[in-house]
Parts: sequence; C-alpha cells; structure tokens
Amino acid sequence: MSVLLDGLSLGAIYALIALGYTMVYGIAKMLNFAHGDIIMVGAYAILTLLNTTGNPYIGLLAAIIVCTIFGIVIERLAYKPLRGASPLAVLITAIGVSYLLQGVAQLVFGSTSKPVAQPGYGSVFLFGANISYTTIITLVVGGIIMAALTVFVKKTRTGHAMLAVSEDKGAAQLMGINVNRIIMLTFAIGSALAAFASLFYMWQIPSVQPTLGAMPGIKAFTAAVIGGIGSIPGAMAGGVLLGVIEKISLSIPAVSNYTTAIEFSVLILILLVRPIGLLGKKRREKV
Amino acid sequence: MGYFKNVKKAFKLKNYANYIGVVAFLILVVVLNQFGMVNRSSVNLLNRIGYSIILAVSLNLVVGFLGELSLGHAGFMCVGAYIGCYFANYLGTVIESQFVVLFLSMLVGGLVACVFGFIIGLPALRLKGDYLAIATLAFGEIVRCIFKNLPSFGGATGLITKTYRPSFSLAIISFVTVLIMLIFVQNLIRSKHGRAITSIRDNEIAARAMGINVTFYKLFVFIVAAFFAGVAGVIYGHLNSPVSYDVFSYNYSIEILVMVVLGGMGSITGSILAASAVTFINFELQDQLTGNLAALKLIIYAVILIFMVLFNNAPSFKKLRKKLSVKEYLAAHQKKAHPEKIRDDAGAWDRIETKIKMDEILSVDISAQEPFKADSPEQGGNKDE
Repeated sequence: MSVLLDGLSLGAIYALIALGYTMVYGIAKMLNFAHGDIIMVGAYAILTLLNTTGNPYIGLLAAIIVCTIFGIVIERLAYKPLRGASPLAVLITAIGVSYLLQGVAQLVFGSTSKPVAQPGYGSVFLFGANISYTTIITLVVGGIIMAALTVFVKKTRTGHAMLAVSEDKGAAQLMGINVNRIIMLTFAIGSALAAFASLFYMWQIPSVQPTLGAMPGIKAFTAAVIGGIGSIPGAMAGGVLLGVIEKISLSIPAVSNYTTAIEFSVLILILLVRPIGLLGKKRREKV
Repeated sequence: MGYFKNVKKAFKLKNYANYIGVVAFLILVVVLNQFGMVNRSSVNLLNRIGYSIILAVSLNLVVGFLGELSLGHAGFMCVGAYIGCYFANYLGTVIESQFVVLFLSMLVGGLVACVFGFIIGLPALRLKGDYLAIATLAFGEIVRCIFKNLPSFGGATGLITKTYRPSFSLAIISFVTVLIMLIFVQNLIRSKHGRAITSIRDNEIAARAMGINVTFYKLFVFIVAAFFAGVAGVIYGHLNSPVSYDVFSYNYSIEILVMVVLGGMGSITGSILAASAVTFINFELQDQLTGNLAALKLIIYAVILIFMVLFNNAPSFKKLRKKLSVKEYLAAHQKKAHPEKIRDDAGAWDRIETKIKMDEILSVDISAQEPFKADSPEQGGNKDE
C-alpha cells in the first residue's frame, strides 16, 4: 500500500511535468526538450531561497515566478523565430537551450551537487503503513492542480482558445485568437507546473545538481507519450502509471536494478499495441 | 538512353569528392606522423573524429535519407562496444594479431548491433515522427540499463578492454573503415534502393503506391545504420578502457544528431565535416576548460547550436542567408548559363533541400494541387520558399 501511494505521488510529479510537455506539443507541435531543465532552474530557485529564508513555500513562489519567466523568455528568443520551420530544427534548438541552461547553472552554482534539507514533516499511519506527509501533500496538491487545469481548459475562454489553437492554428487565427499569445501562455503554464514539480521532486532526492532535470524530464516525456502526446488527461494517466510502475519495480529486489529498462519497455509495448498512446487522438492520414 | 548517359557524367566528380578528401587527409596525417608532428592527443582526436564520422553518416542514413528521427543511435554503439569488446577480450587470448582481433570484433559488434537494429526497426514500422523518436530513445536507455547490470560485462565499472596499441594505427584503421563505409553508403544512396529510401522520406504513401516495399527498406536502413554504429562502438572500445555505459546516454545520441543536422540532413559531405568540426571543438574545449569552467564548453556548444539553427531556419534570417550563400550564387549562375542543364543533372538530387515536414506531407490534399508539370525545371526545388 505504501508502495502504491509512493508510486502515486511520484506519478503526480511526472504528470505535472508531462503536462508541460504535452500542452506545448499540442499547441506548438514541438518537443520542448528544455522542459526538464526548467525543473532544474526551479530546484535551484527553491534551494537558494530555502537556504536564505528557510521557508520552502517562499521558495516555491519564487520558483513559479522564475520558471514562468524562463519559459516565456525561452519561447520568445529561441522558438518564436522558428515558427513554421521544420520540427527537427525546433527540436535541435530546444536541445541547445537545454544545454545552455545546464551550462549556465553549472557556471553559477558549480557542478557539485548541493544537499537538500528535507522537511521534517514526519509521517502518518494510514492503511496499515507509514505514509510520509510529503507524499500526501504531493498527491493532494498535484491532484488539485490537475483538476484546476482541466477546469481551466474546459470552462474558460482562454482554455477554449488553447484547444482551438491545438486543433488548427490557421483557423484559430482567423477566429480572432492571438495565437502567439496563446503559445506564450502555454509555455508559462507549463513552466509554472514544472516549478511545483521541482519542489515535490526535491523532496524525493538527496541533492541538487545541474543535470537534475534530465531524468525526470525524459521520464515525464515518456509518460506524455504513453498517455498520447497532446492529450491532457493522457499526460496525467501516463504520469501516474509510470510513477506507480517505477515504485513497484523498485520495491521488488530482483528487478529493482532494471527499473529504467522496465519503464521504457512499457513505453515501447504500449506504443506497439497502440501507436498513438493510451488516450491519444487518432489522426487520419490523408494522401 | 541518352538521359542515363547524362546521369553518369554528372555524377563523376561528386562521386569521388568524399573519397578523395578522406584519402588526402589520411595521407596528410601519415606524412605528418613521419615527421613526428602528430602527438598523443592529436592521435586521440583523430580516432574520435574517425568514429564520429561513422556515427554521423550512419545516422544521416536514418534521419536524412529515410526521414525517420532516431534518438537511439548511441544505444547501437553501446551494443557494438560491449559485445564487440567482450568478444575481442576472448579472442585476444586465442589469436595473436591485434589487427585480426579488431577486425573480427568489428564484424561481430556490428552484426549484433544489426540484430538490435532489426528489433528496433520493427516498431519503427508502426510508429511515426516523434513517437518513433521517443521509442528509439527508450531503446537506447534500455540497452544501457541492461549492460549496466550484467556482471559479466563489468557491471557499474564498465567493461575492461584491451586498448589498441599504438593508437596511431587504430586511427589509420578507423579512417580506412570510414572510407569503406563511405563507398558502401554512397553507392547505396545512388542505387535504385537509395532512391526508394529517399522516396519514402519524401512521401511514404506515394512510395507505397509506386510499389516500393516500405517495410523492407525501413528495416534495411535501420539495420545498416545499426551495423555501422556498432562498428564505431568497437573502435571506441579499443580506444577507451573501460567501456562505460555512462557514455552512451541519450545525450550522446543527441550529439550525433546535432552533427547530422549541422552538416545538413541528407548530405554525406556535410555529415563528415560537421562530425569532424563538432568533435574537434569538443576535444579542444575539453582540454582548455577544466573545473567549473567546463560549463563554458556546454554554453559555447549550446550557443553555436542555437545560432546555427536560427540562422539556417528562421524566416527573419532568410535574406541574409541568400546573400551569403555560395550555393545559391552558383545555382543562379548555372541557371543563367545553361538553363536546360538543371533538369538533366541528376546530381541535383543532392541539392534538393531536405526538410521533413511531417504535418505538411500528411495534410496535403492531392486533388487540390495543381497538376504536375513534368517539364518545368522549378518542380524539383522547394516551391513554398
């Protein structure tokens, strides 16, 4: 049971990151490889403020602001000039941005890993196992954010505009939607979600280093693809599924070393059975 | 028949330019070595350039010519390095000659990588674009994770290999391998199979309709690329010991992809030059910048990357690009001088801008297109530019 809850909370983290990938993919049709490094930026922002003020929530606030600004600036400087260029060109730029962020972080904070002070929240006895409060907070907050995002996309005008842009950019523009603004907003939301993810992720790891974003980034990307990239509920489902699989596999001694292999095998298997991901929309191929 | 004669003539020089370049470079290196002007670190650099070229050109086959994005190339290299060097370690106890051991282990490493290429090629038949990219990336990580945990391959420390001495002869061997690979790849690309492969890139559905066996060619390209990546892995393993799973992360696959993209997708010469340049820059910066300054290397690398892509692709740079382009100038010149030549020059295949516009390809409504005009020379070019 505790494994399952741990898995769910890790899954919530992956889902938060995966949402960033999937929203950007849905709307800008690009793989934002630098998204994982936004988490790293957030983690450093939290760490810096945690060390100066001692309060993780001020850190979180700062991280949200910093990540959002980074997301918008990156979109403006690196991706916007390439609107309409081949997807591969944009992908390479994203990789460049990812390297750039890692390099700058290494220059500013050093390449050595910095220890993270874990919040001593203790744990509670639930369902016959000790569940730490950090797990519960991650789960609850993650759930609330995802619910809020779903409501935002489904019920508000801006959300509808986002859906419209992801459906057909040209038609959306003709309907009077400011496509550039919507894309910017998407990057901002994705980055803000990554800031939450970086706080939760820091509770799971002992230290922070410049390459911190790579692994959760790539796993969340996997989760987004498992769920069907471009689909918001898909990203959530994929993230949770991946998190649970990872924790279960880690808890079985015989296979714990092969966890990464298992996770990625699940991806390949799912893609083999359903090439568009679990909840992806099938796009008809037109000649 | 006259048309085909023309084709052969137009090919001649282009056909041999790459070989001449590599051979000239090889001779230059040997001569310099005779005068004792090649030191240890440049031999190391030469080796790295050698296997980087193999990696870049073989990835170019997949990305540039087949039009599928693969992020798992380092995975094939990993398979080749581990299996090939494991085999070489065993063979080294039986056979005396270093060269024979290297040669045989290259074959074995390449062939085993082929098998993996087949395995990853199978899902490639069902997946497209970004989905295939993530599947290949996943494959690379799976391979790495498995080799990391197999105790007979050295586990977390990596596989201890016997390095090839002197490493200068390894550099020669790797460049000869480059040459052999170039002969194979260029002949493949210019054969009917090569045209089948590029037609899949340009429009898969149309290719299928023309009776091209898309399944076969996709698998074939994946297998060939995997073979050469495996060979590159074996060379890597004979240069560095231990062979560590750490190296073959997806970051390395991306680095190879960067070489391909910088050199120009679908351009073999471009891949060779870009692979050499990127490896050289990496190598030099690595020596110059140590400690925390190593971050500068990452930053320089990133800035070069971003600017290259922006410069090459951003619409706002288009005018400047046209002004600076030698190719554009020559093309315009040639058009003026011999307007009829452009169409017959089958070498123009190589000059067609390579862009993978998946969405565009998928959304083209053929009934809305204007009828195809066979004899307008502009048809081959990029109409929407």
